[in-house]
Amino acid sequence: MTEFLLGVWNGFPGWSQTTLLILVKILAILLPLILAVAYLTFAERKIIGYIQARIGPNRVGPRGWLQPIADAFKLMLKEIIVPTNANKFLFIMAPVLVFTPALAAWAVIPFTDTLVLANIDASLLFVLALTSMGVYGVIIAGWASNSKYAFLGAMRSAAQIVAYEIAMGFALVGVLMAAGSLNLREIVLHQEGGIHQWYLLPLFPLFLVYFIAGVAETNRAPFDVAEGESEIVAGFHVEYSGMAFAVFFLAEYANMILISALVTIMFLGGWLPPFNVAPFTWIPGLGWFLIKVSLILFCFLWFRATFPRYRYDQIMRLGWKVFIPVTLVWIGVIGGAMFLTPWGYLFH
Amino acid sequence: MTFEMPNILPAVPEIFVFSMACVILIVDLFLSERRRIVSYLLAQATLIGAAILTFKLMVSEPVFTFSNMFVADRLADVLKLAIYAVTASVFVYSRDYLRTRGMYRGEYFVLGLFGVVGMMIIVSAGHFLTLYLGLELLALSLYAMVAFQRDSSQATEAAMKYFVLGAMASGMLLYGMSILYGVTGNLEIAAVRRALAGMDADNVMLIFGLVFVIVGIAFKLGAVPFHMWVPDVYHGAPTSVTLYIGTAPKLAAFALVIRLLIGGLENLAASWQDILVILAVLSMGVGNVIAIAQDNIKRMLAYSSISHMGFFLLGILSATPNGYSSAMFYVLIYAVMSLGSFGMIILLSRSGFEAERLEDFKGLNQRSPWYALLMLILMFSMAGVPPTVGFYAKLLVIQAVIGVGMVPLAIVAVLFAVIGAYYYLRIIKLMYFDEAEDKTPIVAGGDVRLLMGVNVMLLLAIMPWIGVIIDLCSQAIKQLS
Amino acid sequence: MEFKQFIFYFFSAVLVFAAAMVITIRNPVKAALFLVLAFFSAAGLWILLQAEFLAIILVLVYVGAVMVLFLFVVMMLDINLVRLREGFGEYLPIGGLVAVLLVIEMAIILSSGQFGLENMPEPPAYTADYSNTRELGRLLYTFYVYPFEIAAIILLVAIVAAITLTMRRRKDTKYQDPNKQIRVDRKDRVRMVKMRSEKKV
Repeated sequence: MTEFLLGVWNGFPGWSQTTLLILVKILAILLPLILAVAYLTFAERKIIGYIQARIGPNRVGPRGWLQPIADAFKLMLKEIIVPTNANKFLFIMAPVLVFTPALAAWAVIPFTDTLVLANIDASLLFVLALTSMGVYGVIIAGWASNSKYAFLGAMRSAAQIVAYEIAMGFALVGVLMAAGSLNLREIVLHQEGGIHQWYLLPLFPLFLVYFIAGVAETNRAPFDVAEGESEIVAGFHVEYSGMAFAVFFLAEYANMILISALVTIMFLGGWLPPFNVAPFTWIPGLGWFLIKVSLILFCFLWFRATFPRYRYDQIMRLGWKVFIPVTLVWIGVIGGAMFLTPWGYLFH
Repeated sequence: MTFEMPNILPAVPEIFVFSMACVILIVDLFLSERRRIVSYLLAQATLIGAAILTFKLMVSEPVFTFSNMFVADRLADVLKLAIYAVTASVFVYSRDYLRTRGMYRGEYFVLGLFGVVGMMIIVSAGHFLTLYLGLELLALSLYAMVAFQRDSSQATEAAMKYFVLGAMASGMLLYGMSILYGVTGNLEIAAVRRALAGMDADNVMLIFGLVFVIVGIAFKLGAVPFHMWVPDVYHGAPTSVTLYIGTAPKLAAFALVIRLLIGGLENLAASWQDILVILAVLSMGVGNVIAIAQDNIKRMLAYSSISHMGFFLLGILSATPNGYSSAMFYVLIYAVMSLGSFGMIILLSRSGFEAERLEDFKGLNQRSPWYALLMLILMFSMAGVPPTVGFYAKLLVIQAVIGVGMVPLAIVAVLFAVIGAYYYLRIIKLMYFDEAEDKTPIVAGGDVRLLMGVNVMLLLAIMPWIGVIIDLCSQAIKQLS
Repeated sequence: MEFKQFIFYFFSAVLVFAAAMVITIRNPVKAALFLVLAFFSAAGLWILLQAEFLAIILVLVYVGAVMVLFLFVVMMLDINLVRLREGFGEYLPIGGLVAVLLVIEMAIILSSGQFGLENMPEPPAYTADYSNTRELGRLLYTFYVYPFEIAAIILLVAIVAAITLTMRRRKDTKYQDPNKQIRVDRKDRVRMVKMRSEKKV
């Protein structure tokens, strides 16, 4: 049997072998990711349920564990309604445009030292570029729906993303100054040696800014003015139904996981254990990575259950007048410390 | 990794002006409306400080730094000093004007100083890149200053036209530079010159690059047929901004021409000479003839500036060191004359009244013989009437043209100068022979009155030292090659 | 045809198509979206040239920030296409003439042989640890430090100019001072009043 398979495999021409291998690897990343997204929605409902002293979904399957599957089926069977006078092509394209970058960015995420699909040189920039693309889907959805509420949501989202993109970029500048590299894998390797080496400590302000900006970039509460269900019903995706809506939903959660993974890689030492001593080193690297990502994800859900929504002007103020100055000052501090004072080692 | 710290000493004046502009920007934030004078004084102090620095750092031999992108030579020093002086005078003239029109904000001075930095960068550029970036810095400050009066739709329209055409001109210039880069493989001015020395001057590509560069320059100078923006911008902008645009940037534009055409492309002189002849003749013709039809003095002076640019190009197109220095002299004198004329418009206008129509000058002699006399000298100088220095400026460029045997061109130039004299003399007629309609007394601050007197009298009093200035110009030009 | 060549022609075709659509399509929002597509294809071409830093920065800055703002503005504006097209026929002859001239000039320049392959040196092959970003940074901060700083000044002036032209204090804006909002104390807002309970009359 194995021989037969090998024979078939060798029968393919060289270029198609590489392509197939890459395809398999992509699937190996995407399938667990989509599963994770599905169960993140379940986790959200459960966790928020418990925070609010309720039980959450518990009817479908044992203890409600089949709930996301049921939701997926329900959405798939529903009709996608295209509103009159909507731009049909853009209307359908918008969810795709939101979802694709959220998935594509995973190509460069290092899960462990060796487990990475494409170990490219400027992977940090690649991720930043892709995360900034997601806003197009939101804007296009809002515009193509031909609805006032959707349009308002799109406008809010565009302004918000532009404001927070800058702070996010500057926070990453701090990280790459400390690591001296744009490669995510090398950034993690620079944090080797235990929790005190993680960038969490020396770059704490940047960590906060990046994390909060990440929450804003994914349009999650308390920064979910683009959706704002109590003011503009559901913002940019008010006109979407069925699978098209589901894709928006999936993209939001995929982006949450992505941001959590990035925070883990850049500030929490990626796959590295917090202490290089026995009980901690027993857990494999991938395990640590997943634990850290889950912790950050929990914070996302926790925020949603805790904070009231920011007002639009407050969001703008926070982005432009607090985050950008904070990051700029801290970059100055890092640069100054590295080149002018003997305390530069703190940031390496 | 080795990194040699570049020698920043020659660039200290630029750094100083820029830093001070930033300081003023911040200080101004904390000033109340009444204490705004602090920003003004700081701006003047900046210009004086920069002048002292430039004077102290004056070099006898050209110094290159920043990988040859910056050059400090006599030409740069002289032009920089002139730019400081002109800008400082602009600030003196415009203070009252701004105050009475609700535009008295620190940003005017800050943007003015940023513009000065841009001009300084152009003046001492040793590289196409710095030349272009300096130009953009200057232009960006100017666009914002033109639109400074936000509620005036005229100013906004002028700013829009200026911006669109200016951006197009920059595009042309860049396109030309990139073709030249493609041919010579270099962007450094001295290196381009070396590369061209071994090249066939009739190369089609070189000519194309040259044409685009010249179109860009002509736009910036406001030479016909690329002059469309000049009247609208001069007319639409607040007079204090017109004053700024019409004076110091002309000096920078001269530096642009010198650095590009003479510093870099002198080997193509045979080609650009012909193009410049056309530009010069058209500018002198269109500028002088259309100026006659204007009844707005700002517009008239705009057309007059177009014609002056034509005369200035005469000096350049003769393609001899003598011609270049005469062009430099012309530009310096033009800056002083233009400063005086626009300054006079500001001086005569007051809150709610812009002295910008020709009728506003009627009977000025009855209202104030002194100002009428000053205006008379200014107009004589602009027209090129003998006892004034404007005559010498015109004489020198025409001599330069005759020197290379272009007698018909010289005759055309003289003809247009005579036509031009008509509209300058018309103002004099209005001032002395017409009845004043508006008898409001003219009020102006002591500093403005003093400066106006000095400014205008300079045009007469400088005559004994004219040789010194011409020597200075030719020394500066000599260092180029 | 090599795979690389195929990619090149693919991106080039998309680029040209998108660029043509930007100027011909009627709807300004769609034009802006086509511009995004054009930027994206250009970034693809840069990747082919091994200039990955420039490619990513193009996407990051132009696609991710500039065009978002642009779309924001274009969507807000109510652009009247009929008025925009007024005088189109009037200016067509002159505009067309300039365009034709430019095309002829380009043709002459590009066919002059100066930019032929034989005049261009073969680019050196890069070693495995060659980092585009590092090389670019090194050049930018050493050799080109002066123009780099000037560019920074230009950006500063652009900010100053934009704020000067747009900021004005209006009396009717409902400005909220977050400082004051945070410092609010209970006793500033709530007054405890003792009241005797009312009786039914």
